[in-house]
Amino acid sequence: MPRQETLKKNSGQVHPRQELGSAVVRFAGDSGDGIQFTGSQFTQSTAMSGNDLATFPDFPAEIRAPAGTIFGVSAFQINFGADVIKTSGDDCDMIVALNPAALKAELPELKKSGFIVADTGAFTERNLHKAHFKANPLEDGSLSAYRLFELDISEMTLEAVKEFDLSKKGALRCKNMWALGFVYWMYDRNRQPTIDWLNQKFANNPNVAAANIKALNAGHAFGETAEISHDVHGFSIGQADIAPGEYRTVTGAEALTWGLVAGAKLVDLKLTFCSYPITPATSILHYLSNLMEFDVVTFQAEDEIAAICSAIGASYAGALGVTSSSGPGIALKGEAMGLAITTELPLIIINSQRAGPSTGMPTKTEQSDLYQAVFGRNGDSPLVVLAARSPSDCFDIAIEAIRLATKYMTPVIILTDAYIGNAAEPWLIPDVGEYQATPVKFRTDPEGFKPFLRDEKTLARPWAVPGTPGLEHRIGGLEKNAETGHISYDSENHQRMTDARAAKINGIADDLQPQTTDEGPETGKLAVVGWGSTYGAINRAVNALRGEGLEVSHIHLRHIWPLPKNLGSLLSGFENVLVPEMNTGQLITLLRSEYLVDAQGLNKVSGQPFKIFEIETAIRAQLEK
Amino acid sequence: MNVVTPPDKLTPKDFATDQEVRWCPGCGDYAILKAMQRTLPDIGATKENTVFVSGIGCAARFPYYMATYGFHTIHGRAPAVATGIKLANPDLDVWVVTGDGDALSIGGNHLLHVLRRNVNLQILLFNNEIYGLTKGQYSPTSRAGTRSPSTPWGSIETPVSATAFALGAGARFVARSVDTMQSHLPEVFKRAHEHIGASFVEIFQNCIVYNDGVFSQFTARDVADDSEILLEHGKPLIFGKERTLGLRVKPGLFELEVVTIGKDGVTEKDILIHDETNRGLADMLARMEQPTFPVAIGVIYCLPSPSYEDGVKAHMIEAKKLGAGNDINALLRRGHTWTIPG
Ligand SMILES: Cc1ncc(C[n+]2csc(CCOP(=O)(O)OP(=O)(O)O)c2C)c(N)n1
Ligand code: SF4
Ligand SMILES: [Mg+2]
Repeated sequence: MPRQETLKKNSGQVHPRQELGSAVVRFAGDSGDGIQFTGSQFTQSTAMSGNDLATFPDFPAEIRAPAGTIFGVSAFQINFGADVIKTSGDDCDMIVALNPAALKAELPELKKSGFIVADTGAFTERNLHKAHFKANPLEDGSLSAYRLFELDISEMTLEAVKEFDLSKKGALRCKNMWALGFVYWMYDRNRQPTIDWLNQKFANNPNVAAANIKALNAGHAFGETAEISHDVHGFSIGQADIAPGEYRTVTGAEALTWGLVAGAKLVDLKLTFCSYPITPATSILHYLSNLMEFDVVTFQAEDEIAAICSAIGASYAGALGVTSSSGPGIALKGEAMGLAITTELPLIIINSQRAGPSTGMPTKTEQSDLYQAVFGRNGDSPLVVLAARSPSDCFDIAIEAIRLATKYMTPVIILTDAYIGNAAEPWLIPDVGEYQATPVKFRTDPEGFKPFLRDEKTLARPWAVPGTPGLEHRIGGLEKNAETGHISYDSENHQRMTDARAAKINGIADDLQPQTTDEGPETGKLAVVGWGSTYGAINRAVNALRGEGLEVSHIHLRHIWPLPKNLGSLLSGFENVLVPEMNTGQLITLLRSEYLVDAQGLNKVSGQPFKIFEIETAIRAQLEK
Repeated sequence: MNVVTPPDKLTPKDFATDQEVRWCPGCGDYAILKAMQRTLPDIGATKENTVFVSGIGCAARFPYYMATYGFHTIHGRAPAVATGIKLANPDLDVWVVTGDGDALSIGGNHLLHVLRRNVNLQILLFNNEIYGLTKGQYSPTSRAGTRSPSTPWGSIETPVSATAFALGAGARFVARSVDTMQSHLPEVFKRAHEHIGASFVEIFQNCIVYNDGVFSQFTARDVADDSEILLEHGKPLIFGKERTLGLRVKPGLFELEVVTIGKDGVTEKDILIHDETNRGLADMLARMEQPTFPVAIGVIYCLPSPSYEDGVKAHMIEAKKLGAGNDINALLRRGHTWTIPG
């Protein structure tokens, strides 16, 4: 489909739009400026114009930070293009700053000679002061390395919507739409989806809908007709090569929620979700609470311990118990995880990781709970640990976790993080009917029933739920006889049970697809091994450098415990191994101890995801060694 | 035609397991176990539908000795596990067995919330005013001055009253009994079982090894009549060997006093009638302590209100009626989607 050329008419001359492969735009403003809405609208329109994309919402930790302050800045970044995208982008090509604080906070993200769209109307003395600017940066030459569009968006918005009789405050609320209209013109996006959305959102208030639409159109018209600086005539971005089918945008929290619902259905169990609110895990509780029609019961417990214990109780009684938290809450669940391990009950534990230790940085992303997941309990207490690599991957991860938990009668930890949870990407919506159903069969036959007599193949014990006649039995946290489940302090029995618990989890590796590379051949000079949300950045870096002819491959782990069976031999096919992680080196410890491999770390704990160039730089350094 | 033969009535023996009971000889827990094994057949309980859930402690070993389903969980958390069981299957008959440390120290938070939420289950708190299993440290119910391995100079803490705590948490059924009261205990168990919502029963339990005789000042045979009052709904609050002592509201004050019928012009008509549904009275009865007052035994408070599970069920029905249906493929396509043509 040839793209329509929007032409610039201001000087009577006709300028074609400049073709770009991809672009990174960051919208930023006060928390009250509607930045997240603006960003998600841009995302929708961009997805529909056939670009690949990835987004990163970056909102303030404070609920209602004082207006105009730096800590009250809300930002939304989108990377979109005709190429494969996979990350929200390194440096930005354009920053839209609706006030001085936004400019101050986001400028470090901007490329040299990148564009700044600044609302001059918001650069008042008061706002400059709140943003700790001594002088107006728009006037003092400090932005000379960038290309600046000084637009009085506030004034032009007021002008555009004056016919609607709104209060000044109400009228200024439309300025995000003016800015969006302008950026739509800049990147040649379709306004219609946003117009439809505004009409729907303000269905009860058509005046406000009309004002917002007017502002949107005014911003767009301004781009089309006004003389703007830097000889810019707008950009166009070709269509990405995207597989056909029905798409939507999805965040990690949404995909995980739906994956839990689908996964429970595939094993034919009702879902009991027990949680205690904590950032950034809470959205899953909110989403699931609205899905009771899918036989989902949600329970907001009094604390994280009660949350996991009630989930264990639910599994014991024959539902699928799921609990969800972030690092600090997962720490509280440790003792109860041990109970689920020793009573061998299925249980899903979701950790939406955030920067730690302690309360750390609740809204910032990190991958520093791998040790906690794999090792963080008393006693020899193995369980399964899976890590999601991207927002949409959360759907499949949840389904796999549920399958493994019920097949092997074990708790499974899902590691996701603040970045994956909030970030959005386009998703080719799957048909749940195409997933393999593995319905649970509860034990009902009293003949020969022993609560801990294991299945020979899976080593799982039978799941016998209360209410079943003839199977009455007692279980608990004390060590159990290897068959009857009665309390046993026998030393040989404890050895046998400890070995059996470990063997059961290790045996799950036989049920997994062998580990492959995500990019590059299975032997060579350098393997970059990652896990979790670093997937996009590693993949793009390796892909780009392979394009330059460098001998590097990307291996991405989904199964953190047990590790894939062939991982040791796969790693031994590479001369060097590089492990980028958003922690001080946790997976690398696991790989070194399991495989005696001399892996090198690339570690970052700034609360921000890796940039592609950071990984590229590390790869080059490794290859030049 | 199929003839369904009704199963033979179960006996106390049917509810006993073959596990060797590990409590110290003479421990009050034996008597409570026996009372429970006697109660279950009488209330028509089935083995398969009954679940005992406990935390950790001597008391918490209880499930191992009941031939029903049983879950010996972790210290203090039994109410949370039991809540999950009821969420998954509200039809199960769940009993929580807990100690004073388990319920009021490490598990105080969970006890508060399970009562407040009114989850439909029975909670039996075996109060021996000591940590038995860990060898005799003072507990949150130990009286001030209690000497124990961790308080050689005597405890300096004010104890919590389990019953007053339960009332404060919003429990709708609160009762008390004593391990040795072998005919009273089953009656209290039956009432607790009948009650829909969270039922709370405090049982004074003698730890013969670490706290022997803490309750004997009012439970001992020779003093019990004068130092305990057995509550009966609708009956006057009379006690004493000769049944001449009674409780009345002190004239001009909002408090109770003990009076003697036939003395100072007091007649039976002046004595308060026990009303289980009166929350104010329940608070005062729960707070009565020796030596000024008799200790209240029996059902102190009972005023049912809808259970938590009923609330969940009602929402579930509503969601299924008014929600957008339960097709997962449709769920994934809710909101904005677009199609890339092939
Ligand atoms: C997390 C945890 N902390 C501490 C303990 C040790 N512990 C076991 S039972 C107990 C106290 C039990 O007292 P109580 O609940 O009164 O029960 P009793 O033994 O008196 O019946 C303690 C402190 C434990 N098992 N788990
Ligand atoms: S220590 Fe006390 S409470 Fe525990 S079993 Fe012995 S007598 Fe009973
Ligand atoms: Mg005790």
